[in-house]
Amino acid sequence: MGRMAFAAAALLSTVAVAPPPGASGCSGCHGATAPPAVLTGRDPGDIVAALDAYRTDARPATVMNHIAKGFSHDETVAIAAWLAAQK
Amino acid sequence: MIPRRSVVTGAAALLGTPYIARAQAAGRVVVIGGGFGGATAARFVHMADPRLDVVLIEASPDYMACPFSNEVIAGLRDITAQHFDYRAIGTTGIRVVHAVAAAVNQAARRVSLGDGSVVPYDRLILAPGIDISWGALPGYDEAAAERMPHAWKAGAQTLLLRRQLEDMADGGVVVISVPANPYRCPPGPYERASLIAAWLKANRPRSKLLLLDAKDTFSKQKLFQAGWAQLYPGLLEWVSLSDGGKVTRVDPAANTFETDFGTHKADVGNVIPPQQAGRIAAVAGVADRTGWCPIDPVTFESRLQPGIHVIGDAAIAGAMPKSAFAANAQAKVCAGAVATLLAGGTPTEPRLINTCYSLVAPGYGISVAGVYRPANGQLTDIAGAGGVSPLDAPATQRAQEAEYADAWFKTITKETFG
Repeated sequence: MGRMAFAAAALLSTVAVAPPPGASGCSGCHGATAPPAVLTGRDPGDIVAALDAYRTDARPATVMNHIAKGFSHDETVAIAAWLAAQK
Repeated sequence: MIPRRSVVTGAAALLGTPYIARAQAAGRVVVIGGGFGGATAARFVHMADPRLDVVLIEASPDYMACPFSNEVIAGLRDITAQHFDYRAIGTTGIRVVHAVAAAVNQAARRVSLGDGSVVPYDRLILAPGIDISWGALPGYDEAAAERMPHAWKAGAQTLLLRRQLEDMADGGVVVISVPANPYRCPPGPYERASLIAAWLKANRPRSKLLLLDAKDTFSKQKLFQAGWAQLYPGLLEWVSLSDGGKVTRVDPAANTFETDFGTHKADVGNVIPPQQAGRIAAVAGVADRTGWCPIDPVTFESRLQPGIHVIGDAAIAGAMPKSAFAANAQAKVCAGAVATLLAGGTPTEPRLINTCYSLVAPGYGISVAGVYRPANGQLTDIAGAGGVSPLDAPATQRAQEAEYADAWFKTITKETFG
């Protein structure tokens, strides 16, 4: 058992860091050039602040207010951290 | 995971010996279908775990994208803007095989190609898109489509419908028929009607467009209808199911559409016909009696055949529509799940997004967005999230959404095809 668990862990360690739920969807619109805003490598605090504002309709938007409401603040923090770490 | 390699036969010659040797490292993922779902899936499996051997099987070396093909029909865009290929994908370590996938042996985990060669897999991802359900609408078969184009797969059909519009005299009648749900691109027929109406208004102003619908409600309905009332009064007429819009038969020789309420003669007839999952889905045994493919909402693994995943238009994805955005989003989730499963892990519950733009006129964009999570075995709308553009938006916002639509196409095709 122990050896199998170790083997599984070794396999998993070579797999790229998986995006948190929802994060892989962002790149459907957000690419390497703006508009819309480039997200990869961006300060995660900026991304969280924007999504929090979209969620409460404090910031005007076209589609992001609809999308932000599908994520909690904590889920947004995880997504922003992952995006910030991408090239 | 125990890779099965004993059945490598003709594929070894086809794919080359180094490829087979490399395959023994971590397992092989075969993807069938090179559209927004399949091409994305191949790329993201490779990115998730570069040790995996990834084979993308796609019959055609050329891909014609459906999103924005309504602009081609309306003379706003050249068909070359819809064309993509697989050369960039082929340089990333993914093996692209241009061949027809003829059969899938689920028990032996292998795909047979049209030339008889065999490609084994550890996990298979099917992204076959749609096929037209020929014969489901009486009178509409492949020969009829040469007279009354569907233009629901981009390419020659798109150009045929474009030519028919150009050849139509002023004062002509364009008829478009819309099927019942589900079908590829739920708002597509209404965008098409809008853009053709815009072209008629400018170029054949005495003409009419009749939109015969097998439904009473449709995607972005209020937004489309507000735009039609503003831009195309007296030109574009939508006939709902309740008002006799359901087409029960077409006659390509006479260019007529029959409903229970009467017969409509067209000068240009566009039949958007009933559809089903692409052929290989039924061959592989992953399509159910509806013609579409039930899947697990976490991994996109088939409910009917273990080890085979289905994404994109072919899948029954609950509340998610059959759109290019959805196919691309599902591909990324499925790719991650497949890589995790092959590494012995357990995929986490995903969250999926869809965003879809439509044009009511050039420079007049509207959108719908949704967020989805697995619930009760289905991908389900998250309550409180999602929605459409406001009905009372100013022209500046419509123009901005048209720009975002354009940007979306550039971004998603870059992510899909490189």
